[in-house]
Amino acid sequence: MLSLTIILIPIFLFISGASSHQIRINNAERRIDLSTHIVKVFLTLKVENTGKTSASEILLAFPPTQVDHLAFLEALAATGKKKKKTYVSLAVKPTQLPDAPNETNYYTIVLANPLNTGETATLEILYILTHSLEPFPVEISQSESQLVYYRDSALILSPYHIKQQTTFIKIPSNKVESFTRVEPTDRAGNELKYGPYEDRPPYSYSPLLVHFENNNPFSVVEELVREVEISHWGNLQITEQYKLAHAGARHKGIFSRVDYQSKPAFSGVSSFKHLLARLPPRVHSVYYRDEIGNISTSHLRADSWKISELEIEPRYPLFGGWRATFVIGYGLPLEDFLFESSDGRRYLNFTFGCPLVETVVDKLTIKVVLPEGAKGPSAVVPFPVEQRLETKYSYLDVVGRTVVVLEKKNVVPVHNIPFQLYYTFKPIFMLAEPLMLASAFFLFFTACVAYLHVDLSIRK
Amino acid sequence: MVGKTESQNGAVKATAAPAMNLESDLFSNFSFKSFKLKTKQQELLLRVSILGLVYILAFITRLFSVLRYESMIHEFDPYFNYRTTLFLTEKGFYEFWNWFDSESWYPLGRIIGGTLYPGLMVTAAFIYWTLRFLRFAVHIREVCVLTAPFFASNTTVVAYFFGKEIWDSGAGLVAAAFIAICPGYISRSVAGSYDNEGVAIFALLLTFYLFVKAVNTGSLAWALASAFGYFYMVSAWGGYVFIINLIPLYVLVLLITGRYSMRLYVAYNCMYVLGMLLAMQIRFVGFQHVQSGEHMAAMGVFFLMQVFYFLDWVKYMLSDTKLFQAFLRITVTSAIAVGALALGVGTASGYISPWTGRFYSLLDPTYAKDNIPIIASVSEHQPTAWSSFMFDFHILLFLFPAGLYFCFKKLSDATIFIVMYGLTSMYFAGVMVRLILVATPAVCLISAIAVSATIKNLTSLLRTKSKTAVAGSSKGTGGSKASSKASFDQSQPFQKNGAIALLLGAFYLLSKYATHCTWVTSEAYSSPSIVLAARGAHGNRVIFDDYREAYFWLRQNTPPDAKVMSWWDYGYQITAMGNRTVIVDNNTWNNTHIATVGRAMSSYEDEAYEIMRSLDVDYVLVVFGGVTGYSSDDINKFLWMVRIGGGVFPVIKEPDYLVNGDYRVDKGAAPKMLNCL
Repeated sequence: MLSLTIILIPIFLFISGASSHQIRINNAERRIDLSTHIVKVFLTLKVENTGKTSASEILLAFPPTQVDHLAFLEALAATGKKKKKTYVSLAVKPTQLPDAPNETNYYTIVLANPLNTGETATLEILYILTHSLEPFPVEISQSESQLVYYRDSALILSPYHIKQQTTFIKIPSNKVESFTRVEPTDRAGNELKYGPYEDRPPYSYSPLLVHFENNNPFSVVEELVREVEISHWGNLQITEQYKLAHAGARHKGIFSRVDYQSKPAFSGVSSFKHLLARLPPRVHSVYYRDEIGNISTSHLRADSWKISELEIEPRYPLFGGWRATFVIGYGLPLEDFLFESSDGRRYLNFTFGCPLVETVVDKLTIKVVLPEGAKGPSAVVPFPVEQRLETKYSYLDVVGRTVVVLEKKNVVPVHNIPFQLYYTFKPIFMLAEPLMLASAFFLFFTACVAYLHVDLSIRK
Repeated sequence: MVGKTESQNGAVKATAAPAMNLESDLFSNFSFKSFKLKTKQQELLLRVSILGLVYILAFITRLFSVLRYESMIHEFDPYFNYRTTLFLTEKGFYEFWNWFDSESWYPLGRIIGGTLYPGLMVTAAFIYWTLRFLRFAVHIREVCVLTAPFFASNTTVVAYFFGKEIWDSGAGLVAAAFIAICPGYISRSVAGSYDNEGVAIFALLLTFYLFVKAVNTGSLAWALASAFGYFYMVSAWGGYVFIINLIPLYVLVLLITGRYSMRLYVAYNCMYVLGMLLAMQIRFVGFQHVQSGEHMAAMGVFFLMQVFYFLDWVKYMLSDTKLFQAFLRITVTSAIAVGALALGVGTASGYISPWTGRFYSLLDPTYAKDNIPIIASVSEHQPTAWSSFMFDFHILLFLFPAGLYFCFKKLSDATIFIVMYGLTSMYFAGVMVRLILVATPAVCLISAIAVSATIKNLTSLLRTKSKTAVAGSSKGTGGSKASSKASFDQSQPFQKNGAIALLLGAFYLLSKYATHCTWVTSEAYSSPSIVLAARGAHGNRVIFDDYREAYFWLRQNTPPDAKVMSWWDYGYQITAMGNRTVIVDNNTWNNTHIATVGRAMSSYEDEAYEIMRSLDVDYVLVVFGGVTGYSSDDINKFLWMVRIGGGVFPVIKEPDYLVNGDYRVDKGAAPKMLNCL
């Protein structure tokens, strides 16, 4: 009993001292964008320190259902008045609190300047949720359009007292089947407004369900392996293996090609026929194929100075629940991506993420194949990823190439930012393979010459 | 375009080879003194470089399909071969050998290891493993696609040596050039046509060459090599039956014509005994090799050889001719009696199985039509039309008789062989379209003899003239032919001009042949038949990829244990590309099963449903080409379904589906036709 109190007391002190009660949110505005299958939430918080000590951390709370689908979280501190606003990016890290009600998960935003008593700050928070729209009905036929549920809370879940809050939900069209009313609730066109709600205590929660039409392609890449092979002879070869699925309402009944082609407006509206991939400029030798051969339906708009666009069509239009696997490969000029740093090391500057537009990647693996003989690889990625090393044998390899593997789950288009990979490489290794080939041919011809000139017969 | 010009150049160059060969020693007399290359070395260099060019030509002319379409496997059977090769490379040989495939012939399954010729797969896997060992990171599909062209190139080399063996090295070079671009062979060996035939023609020609070599030299080593060649052939293709019947026939002909020799005895016995033992290692052949009717000829000739040898020996031992005559009579009658008795007893007791339907249909073209609709339904089993002979052989068709003439003029063991090979295979080619392939090497070789001999005669005619002008510095090379022509010389005044005109004509014909071959290859034989290409209204290429679309959908979006019913043509493709279980496929080993599917397809829907339930079918794949005007869809094949179904289940009658004896698919079609599945 005594020991228990000894443990409990410091925890209690920590909680009461550090957070909850000394911070108050004066105004919270939340905008939820449901127009695609990637849910984007913009949260603006006006925070005030009402406690006695200065606070340097703000906590964000998420219900457990959302935390699993949270793909991206970014916090900016806004300073200055309107028009002259400047934003400073803030560090965000996941935190565990021992007394979290209902398994609430927390993220801590570390403020750039500690908030003194009585001061206020404005935080702009963007977070992205994937797989948060649940199709209902679960199965639809070809002629129906796709309806989905979105579940959230009308009140912002927060460990702090919120004085005033409003939530706006933007949906792709005017077609709303139903939505929960938590007065005051208002609907204008394709926007729902919840609030304003005054003076809600910490951890208030009020379930919210919106049932609406969303026919945007629910394209989900279940697994994407991008292999980037560096050749110091001037080429960067990229091979991307996709496992694509339509994560929307499952297709029911038969598929009629005739209907699909003759009445595109009424038939298979939730299916998608083509996808757009944004590839880097100066891309060349693009191919698009799968296990059984080339897929002839793709168009490339290549450009020498801006992003090239590759429009690909899977072999068949993808309906809900259907899958397709394919491979896209292309070459890029090395000088656009490989540079030499000041300490003599080389580094590759390449985009993380998936080139397909508006696509969620459940599991992304990037494999950077360094040239044979490269040493000491180290990757610099702006967000946490899993890293490991592998060895790969390609054409005429003797010792094998070092492969740096970067893995990340739940990747959204916001993750398409460059990462760097440093390594050291001696140019002499470039000559190893040509020399090997040349000597092999030389030996072959020597053997031929020797055979023609030397009499090997035993008899004289 | 590049391939086209190059192939023409190559062909012309190669056909000009004999002429160049002959001229080379002329050249050496005048200008190449400083080089100090001996004539022989020069000739070797020329020959090797021409052969090298032909080798490359044979390979690249088969790449049209890759350029036009892509690096993919063609048609139907190659997909099965590809699938098994994939299995072999992934799981290893032992697993492959014992593979029971539950994905095809659904309720029955198929023992793959015991029912296929593994030669092709093992070859491709071996090439793949070698390349992998040398650190070439190739995909097994590329290896499979390029296996056929690679072996076609090898065939040209064998053709050269064969030609050299039966005639001379000039004929060999011409034969190599001919076979490199002959459409009859290209049709089965373009890149992507990953079928047994691609490897088998190489093995066939190799076996024949080695056997002829063995007969010519009497060497045990060559006979051994030919036994191994035969083993490879058996492992690669069912067409080995042709070898095991042709060689005994040839031996028999030699025996009858009194050309029996010790060389023949050594070659045939070694080849037969070893070849038989080796062939029995292939599980698909096994004891058939000593039991089935198709192989009996070889065994009979083997025993006949022993009798011959024995008689020879007795003749040598007995000095009395009268005694020998009596002995001969007794031995021959008793040998024939014993042979006939053994055959009769064997057949009656079922130990020797009778000839199979395919073999019958070869000997009697009308047999299949009456008795086995499933064989007759395959388009490549139809009798050959004249046009397709012309299409596949072009001028070789006319050169063939000329070559036969030359062969008869200079009869030897080797030329007898090629004549027999040519005549028998030409007959079979007439019976079945697909056997044009077997005839192609023979036709090429015999035509090469014609071309080579003609051009050699003509050029030597020209040369004797020019040589007298140069004042006979090179006397020895011309030899007997030149002197024989010299007497001929005086009689015809316009001989030189005539020779030049004939030469030009020959070159014109040969260049026509080269153009024809290139055209045929690029237009007719390079289509993968999975992907269809057509010219759109504006001259742009439209690609129909619907087959693969369907197969890929099956692969991705059906449960992994789904069973797909389709007509048997698509069986292999569904298992290979769709990775799903099929009811019947292109290995048509169970006629009843196919008939069941045919019945299901041609019954009323409710009956069909019952049948399909009993087969546990989840999906049905039918092909309809009405929208795009694709002619070989399931409606077109429907009558065969009816016929094959009716062959086993008399419920189905062909007349029910016809209107006044016509086959109609529109409104006026027979009611049963319209209401079936």
